[in-house]
Amino acid sequence: MSKPRTYQTEAIIIKKTKLGEADRILTLFTPHLGKIQAKARGVRRPKSKLAGHLELLTHSLVSLARGRNLDVIIGSQTINSFLALKNDLWLTSCALYITELVNQFTADNVENYPLFQLLLETLEQLSQMGNKELALRYFELHLLDQVGYRPQLRQCVSCQQPLEPVVNCFCPSTGGMLCPNCSPGQPPSYPLSVNAQKVLRLLQNSDFSMVSRLKIDAQLSKELERVMGGYLKYLLEREVKSAAWLDTLKEQIKLNTT
Amino acid sequence: MEQNPIPAAQAINRLIEELSKLPGIGPKSAQRLAFHLLRAPEEQSKLLAEAILSLKQKITLCSICFNVTESDPCPICRSDQRDRSQICIVEQPQDILALEHTGIYRGLYHVLHGAISPTEGVGSEDIRIRELLRRLEDGSVKEVILATNPNLEGEQTAMYLSRLISPLGIKVTRLARGLPFGTELEYADDITLTRAIEGRQEF
Ligand SMILES: [Zn+2]
Ligand SMILES: [Zn+2]
Repeated sequence: MSKPRTYQTEAIIIKKTKLGEADRILTLFTPHLGKIQAKARGVRRPKSKLAGHLELLTHSLVSLARGRNLDVIIGSQTINSFLALKNDLWLTSCALYITELVNQFTADNVENYPLFQLLLETLEQLSQMGNKELALRYFELHLLDQVGYRPQLRQCVSCQQPLEPVVNCFCPSTGGMLCPNCSPGQPPSYPLSVNAQKVLRLLQNSDFSMVSRLKIDAQLSKELERVMGGYLKYLLEREVKSAAWLDTLKEQIKLNTT
Repeated sequence: MEQNPIPAAQAINRLIEELSKLPGIGPKSAQRLAFHLLRAPEEQSKLLAEAILSLKQKITLCSICFNVTESDPCPICRSDQRDRSQICIVEQPQDILALEHTGIYRGLYHVLHGAISPTEGVGSEDIRIRELLRRLEDGSVKEVILATNPNLEGEQTAMYLSRLISPLGIKVTRLARGLPFGTELEYADDITLTRAIEGRQEF
């Protein structure tokens, strides 16, 4: 039996690219089809009935028709437009950052339901989270779990001994921590304070509610951002583009980022 | 061994190839245009070629507002009929065409040449924001109208500009929300645009 000509799926719009005069190619992240690319016709014109339902950072129920190259979007109904996010410069930027990560760490047409759930939950919770920076770190750690790069934070990846409560180093190329005995002579790594190690372990092994319960200061926040950013960059072998924008905002505008 | 294509066909193919690089022109339309030009009088091709060449040779960007112009500063920046206390911020020169077509706005413009798009690597340094801030320094501008596109990038750019400009004591307004979200200003009709300018709100 051949596949039906049209189908419907929930989707979060994670990327859009202009095509021709008024069309777009959209990247949709779906619960069961993984990441898919689809064409949306005429959505850049104000008369488009679909445009509002297909904007970035929108959770929609999308109908598609199978096409020769790309499937074509024939209908879309917004489930959640995350207005609280979109009305806030810092939140929008955080949300764009996490969708860029999802796009970079996934391949087309590979189902990853837990990652869809994680993305949806993060977009839903981001505006209510006390500390957005911690929410981003939570997202990064759990994204790495879902794409197979869970960092080893409990024992030394070289000698396998449990880590002592001292400064230990995170080493991106080994994907985990090195104890002080093993770190000399190893590739470049990030020395982490005892508190930073604690927070990372807590975030890695808890659900979202932990983010609101933790309180950290600016210095610790910076330390966590640096090590996670370093690991992500190592894995992707390039910069995460929207991370630069988050830095710009933090520097130029006195945003309340926490 | 392959035979060389005949020269005439080569010239046609070259034209088709160039034409199909234009927006909205597929290979079929490019072919139709090329054969039309082949049959048309030589004069027509000459005029077309000249028009295309002069576009690149004569058109520059206005050094004040960055609109496309044949003379610098552009006619709008030079005009004494325009209200110099208002600057309307747009993403593209095409947006000025759309707004001028309504005839309702009498202030000046500033073209950003893009919108902030973090995931594409377009930040505040990549569009003409620094030049805008310089224009606001002498205190003659009393209102800045944010007319960036009603989509995520345009909204984000507007929010960012508002954060930069409001502290300078300049009134910042945003086009009214009559424009549907997710779309682009360039394609809006006169009535919708006129209402959007008239109904602009403090941002
Ligand atoms: Zn060790
Ligand atoms: Zn000008």
